[in-house]
Order: sequence, then C-alpha cells, then structure tokens
Amino acid sequence: MTGSLDAVLQAVAGVCLVVGCLMSLAAGIGMLRFPDLLSRMHAATKPQVLGLFLLLSAVAIELRSWALVPVLLLAWLLQLLTAPVSAHMVGRAGYRTKHLKRQTLLVDELDQVVARAVQDGPGRDGLAQEGPGQDGMGQGPAGQDVAGRTGGCSAGTGPAGPAAG
Amino acid sequence: MIRPGSRPATGTGEQGPRLTFRIELPLLVWMALVWGALWQDFSAGNLVFGFLLALVVVNVFRLPPVELSGRFNVWRAVVFAVGFLGKVVLASFQVFALAVVRGPRVRSAVVGVRLRTGDDLMVTAVGHVLTLIPGSFVVEVDRGNSTLYLHVLDVNTHAQVERVRRHVLDLEARLVRVMGTREEMARVDAERAGLAFPPPQDNGSTPRGGDTARKEAP
Repeated sequence: MTGSLDAVLQAVAGVCLVVGCLMSLAAGIGMLRFPDLLSRMHAATKPQVLGLFLLLSAVAIELRSWALVPVLLLAWLLQLLTAPVSAHMVGRAGYRTKHLKRQTLLVDELDQVVARAVQDGPGRDGLAQEGPGQDGMGQGPAGQDVAGRTGGCSAGTGPAGPAAG
Repeated sequence: MIRPGSRPATGTGEQGPRLTFRIELPLLVWMALVWGALWQDFSAGNLVFGFLLALVVVNVFRLPPVELSGRFNVWRAVVFAVGFLGKVVLASFQVFALAVVRGPRVRSAVVGVRLRTGDDLMVTAVGHVLTLIPGSFVVEVDRGNSTLYLHVLDVNTHAQVERVRRHVLDLEARLVRVMGTREEMARVDAERAGLAFPPPQDNGSTPRGGDTARKEAP
C-alpha cells in the first residue's frame, strides 16, 4: 500500500519538476522571441513564479518532511515580493530610456501623461514636487521635467519596502 | 483602524511609542515566523527569541510605518489566494503559447488605470498581484493620483483595453474585500449596487487616460 502511494508521490514530484523546468524554457523562448524590452520583461519575470512553485512543491513531496514546508513557502513568498519590484524597476527604466518599440503598442497612455507633465511645467499636479530625481534619463521629450516626475515616482515605489517586511 | 497619517517614523509623541508598537505588531509577528521557518523550529522559545530579535531589528533599522486597515477577512483571503494561483497557472501557459506562436508579432499596450483607493499598501498590493499574474506588469506608479500604468501583453483591440481596465478594478475590489478599510468596502459595495459614486478628490488635474484617449505623436 505504502509502496503504491510512494510511486504516486514520486510521479507527482516528477511531473512538477518537468513542468517547472518547462516554465524556465518558456521564459527563454519569450526572451528570444518577444519584440522589445517591455514585452520581454513578461517572459523574464512571470513564468518563474509558477516554475519555482512547482520545483519547490517537488522538493517538498520528494523529501516528505513537514518541517521543510515553511522554508519552501518562505522562499516562494520572497520571490513573490521581489519579482514585481525588479520587473517594475527594469520596466520603468526601460520606458524612460526609450527602450521600447512604439509600433508594437496599441495604446500608450503613459506617453500622454509624461507629455502633459512636461507641458504644465514642474510643480504642477504634484508630479515634480518630490525633488529633482536625477535618474540620468535625459532622453525624454524634455529632459529635466521627465526626470523630476521620475523622482516623484521613485518615491511612490518606496512603500514596497516596509510592506515587504 | 490605525491611521498615523504623515507622522514621522521616529514617533516621539507622548503616545508615540505605543502607537508605533501596535502598528508594527503584525510585522513583528511575521518576522518571528520567518525566524522560526528559517530554523525549522517553531517551539515557543525559538519564536520568543525571534520576536525579540525582530524588535531589535525594527528599532535599529527604522522604516516608515505600514498602515494596515485594521481588518482582514481570512475566508476571502483564501478564496483570493486560490484564484490567484489558478490565474498564475493559466496565464503562464498563455505566455508560453504566445511566445512560441506569436513571438515578435505580439502587440501590447500601456494602460493607465486609476484605482479607487489612495492607500499606499493597497496600491502596492494591487501592483504586485498584477505584475505576478502574467499578461501585465506595472511600468509606472503615479502615487499622487494612485494610478497604475500597466504594460499589457497581447492587446489587439480597444475593447481589450477596456477589459483590462475592468479586470484591474475588479481585482482591486476583491483585494479591498480581503484587507481594505471599511470606507473602501462601503465604496465597493455601493459601486456594486450600481450607485454612482463620485471619484475621490485629489490634487489638480487627473491624468485619467483611457476613456478620452487622445493619441498625440510628439
């Protein structure tokens, strides 16, 4: 009886491992085939959430130790907390430095906002009030204002820290 | 409900320390649990030691306080977590298929979605969940207007853009039901009942993209 259960668990762990690795393959293919940085970020950050979950599940099933489950869960939770932050930082920097292909975008609502912030000048609608964020991204429609807005936004991402604990 | 407002993290008011302690209690408990998990030992002694260590860490490395809403619906959280996992599984395979089939011809969009709540923690949570569900990730956060700008993969029509917007607001509503404040709950309920609820007052003109989306090439 325990022998057959063992076999089933072993098979489940095997499937988890293979599918988890498949997710890494998905990321690799996505990196190669997607057209620009922003769409590549999807492939670079997301399938691994599932991939790591499956690999950790396989470890838990294979070792059959309940004491290990909290550590594995913690590892996954920490990935859940950090992956979006890194994706956001890379994506934001990529957008500001124009590492995107506009023709792949159906709509771009952020573009208007940046343009309006530039039009209205610094200090209007709270976008450029949080101090000059010199991110060194002077390639925007009007370098300094965009940089100012960037400063405001980087302050906006701040609370991710304490929330992450 | 605990709302310290814009009080600095180094609370020195007369009731400051106690208030700070209450705000930080969930964080301390979480850190103690992390300590237990790392040692793989959840005995009382180890947890207490972890808690003391967490106290030291929290007091030495100060951060702005995280404003919790004061309510947490465990049942809805479980439902949300299961739904989240399901979405991650489904959408991961979708991205896989998209990478293989569509590849370089994939079309996407940057969509701005104005959230109902201005709460930092809620905006962060919504942004995290949106980024973790394949198909969208947060490119920019406009904190003053609590607007998230998402890059969404595989968007071909404007109807799909509106669907993304609805999806984000629906997600926010569900998160509000898990851990939002009572005011946010009331707002979500009112919206559901079909009442026209006025948008929140905020500073200056709102960059509400979308409905009146004008395309202006610079």
